[in-house]
Amino acid sequence: MSSCTSPVIPGFGLTLGYTLVYLSLLVLIPLGAMFVHAAQLTWADFWAIISAPRVLAALKLSFASAFAAAIINGIIGTLLAWALVRYRFPGRKLIEAMIDLPFALPTAVAGIALTALYAPSGLVGQFATDLGLKIAYTPIGITLALTFVTLPFVVRTIQPVLADIPREVEEAAACLGAKPLQVFRHVLLPSLLPAWLTGFSLAFARGVGEYGSVIFIAGNMPMKTEILPLLIMVKLDQYDYTGATAIGVLMLVVSFILLLLINLLQRQVGKA
Amino acid sequence: MSIRRFALAALASALIAGPLAAAETLLNVSYDPTRELYSEFNAAFNKHWQAQGHDPVTIQQSHGGSGKQARAVIDGLRADVVTLALAGDIDELHRLGKLIPENWQERLPQSSTPYTSTIVFLVRKGNPQGIKDWDDLVKPGVNVITPNPKTSGGARWNFLAAWAYAQQKYGSEAKAQEFVAKLYKNVPVLDTGARGSTITFVNNQIGDVLLAWENEAFLALKEQGGDNFEIVAPSLSILAEPPVAVVDKNVDKKGTRKVAEAYLDYLYSDEGQRLAAKHFYRPRNEAIAGEFAKQFPALKLVTIDRDFDGWKTAQPKFFDDGGVFDQIYQAQ
Amino acid sequence: MSSITLTASASANAARRGNLLGRRLLIFGAWLAFVLFLLLPLLVVLGEALKQGLGTFFGAIFEADAISALKLTLLAVGISLPLNLLFGVCAAWCVSKYQFRGKSILVTLIDLPFSVSPVIAGLVYVLLFGAQGFFGEWLQEHDIQIVFALPAIVLATLFVTVPFVARELIPLMQEQGTQEEEAARLLGASGWQMFWHVTLPNIQWALIYGVVLCSARAMGEFGAVSVVSGHIRGYTNTLPLHVEILYNEYNHVAAFSVASLLLLLALLILLLKQWSESRINRLKASAGEE
Repeated sequence: MSSCTSPVIPGFGLTLGYTLVYLSLLVLIPLGAMFVHAAQLTWADFWAIISAPRVLAALKLSFASAFAAAIINGIIGTLLAWALVRYRFPGRKLIEAMIDLPFALPTAVAGIALTALYAPSGLVGQFATDLGLKIAYTPIGITLALTFVTLPFVVRTIQPVLADIPREVEEAAACLGAKPLQVFRHVLLPSLLPAWLTGFSLAFARGVGEYGSVIFIAGNMPMKTEILPLLIMVKLDQYDYTGATAIGVLMLVVSFILLLLINLLQRQVGKA
Repeated sequence: MSIRRFALAALASALIAGPLAAAETLLNVSYDPTRELYSEFNAAFNKHWQAQGHDPVTIQQSHGGSGKQARAVIDGLRADVVTLALAGDIDELHRLGKLIPENWQERLPQSSTPYTSTIVFLVRKGNPQGIKDWDDLVKPGVNVITPNPKTSGGARWNFLAAWAYAQQKYGSEAKAQEFVAKLYKNVPVLDTGARGSTITFVNNQIGDVLLAWENEAFLALKEQGGDNFEIVAPSLSILAEPPVAVVDKNVDKKGTRKVAEAYLDYLYSDEGQRLAAKHFYRPRNEAIAGEFAKQFPALKLVTIDRDFDGWKTAQPKFFDDGGVFDQIYQAQ
Repeated sequence: MSSITLTASASANAARRGNLLGRRLLIFGAWLAFVLFLLLPLLVVLGEALKQGLGTFFGAIFEADAISALKLTLLAVGISLPLNLLFGVCAAWCVSKYQFRGKSILVTLIDLPFSVSPVIAGLVYVLLFGAQGFFGEWLQEHDIQIVFALPAIVLATLFVTVPFVARELIPLMQEQGTQEEEAARLLGASGWQMFWHVTLPNIQWALIYGVVLCSARAMGEFGAVSVVSGHIRGYTNTLPLHVEILYNEYNHVAAFSVASLLLLLALLILLLKQWSESRINRLKASAGEE
């Protein structure tokens, strides 16, 4: 742990120590308690719980909709960040100030508001119904709620990086005859990608675990629109703490592996 | 920096406000639809309590899904009394928490249930789908709104009422399961709680019929205006019994047993019974039930103890993992 | 020669025209995304809140239970913010200024609370401190209440907001490298001097931004706090929980009013940040001119 390259700068022991102690007390030990609790199960029981068809269906739904929402955020988040950094246009300051609000709005309120908008009788929902599209009470609605809740992540991670890329680089490339797409691919993408991946992974990870906003718009039909965190609640309501922690452990392990992979990928990209 | 100063001010005010709450307090942990009832009942009880020469008591209320609330008490929420949606949830206080004796239900009259309710249908004005009885709910194209029995106490009563009807009419458990499966095929949204379902039906206008507690249905009519909905009583329903109990371990620790017991006893008093009826619960007291006879349609009712052998049998059979409810959805 | 200049200027013109169109499209796209995904849901909240006029709106906000919920929320934010701020700076410092084995894992661990479902975040504290939990018996013997009281509400809030400050600081500090600090040290500055005079000015905006996000998220947290709060009206209800209660009482207007209060508080913090940012930039610019 002590292959520190910058011996001139003090504070390695202190800051790393504090970081580890704080993380352990607040995050790791409590999460460890969950593992200990789940460890009361034998492997066979554990496997039986997490391979139940309902759990697998929920697992697929939770990760797929979180992934879709993260992709959507990756696109519109980049768009928003781009416009905010590069252009001066009417309403820019308003957008800039409001981007973070989904964090402050209680997730349950977000769920209620989105359901009111996208239910078949809602403001947007009725148009969608006319087009034959059902939004609320389908995976589309879940994705939409997750997109709203995690919107700030990509915008806010890309923004500072974008602001740091000198405009001249692009203009120089354009003057040398590069087409806009080429400029994007060869000049912008390499510098943006690490930040984009960070934003993407944060949005994705947060989306997998989201509960409050989703249960209102999901419809919660077993096998169809039931998310994993709801299954945890269902288990708890049957006083099945071990079952609940088993699903919690499953979610945590899968998320951790995905996050770790993305962090490693990001380092590769950063080095290249 | 202003944030920090603000926080300090908040901290200071919270510290000052803290010691004021030193008078005797009573915490009633209850389920969702009883908020209105207990806000009014608490005031009435306080008056009665002071009239008997006691100091006023601060009564705190906590509401949520019945199972979730029971779990909170087991996990250490210091409830003096619990007033939950079904006996099964209070049983867990004994089984998991050792907070009350096993015979808790024998300590108060009428199996510790001072008021009852039942399950009725709420339909849109004019009843466009012509829904009269349970059979109409399994017709193709009818959308039924009910919460998830896994997370909602009310939904379990809904489920059992439908089951009882089908079993009596079609004669066998297999037929009943088929009937209930058909019914749940018509359910487009399963909310996690009874209030959630009511709001889905009333505000978001999903579905043709809502299966609801009778008191919930009346309250929805009152709150949302009677012009948009009407109540339909099926030919057979279930006697929903939401029981109450003093949490022995907590009251003995806090020294609040006397006031907690008086609080629950008062639910059985004439005034308590009238307040229950006012909030659309069926009073147990025959005389007072008579006063409100017009309000409540006469129904043929099955009971959980007689027809389902109590929650100890019904819960694992129907609602635990792998039970009938799971089988219905796994088969689809 | 002249033909080359001509083609060059023509292509530059074409590029500019293309740019203009692309720029308009981009701005339009940004607006569209903003309105559809962000503004509409927020407007629904505000619209419902103001449905019955300002009187009802303020009535709901100044009601006693709402005030006590507001106090509790601010208290929880006030306690968790400084703790997470200190953690964020330390974590960012050791991650960005040094190379060591296991760094990827540490960074992932810092992010972990983002990926933990709020339901689990609440549950783990119940498993630890609840009456049936690991420390339950000991806590009961000593009459210490953690779950269903302020301590657990603070813990849950801390848990969900742990990564925010660190997350804002790490990329910036990594990009800035260590040269400036090294120079300061070589010139004889002590560790603290180096931090106050070199590092802090470089990271102040990211720091403030992290604080802003952290407090916004702490105010709005619902799921985790809901599991550990006990929902005692007027005592352990935070603002988001109070919103849920009002909504469940068919009191939609009041519910959305209180939700708007949360939004307005967050907006206020965000505007404060924007205002101070531009003000300090202006001060710096004018100092540079002199």
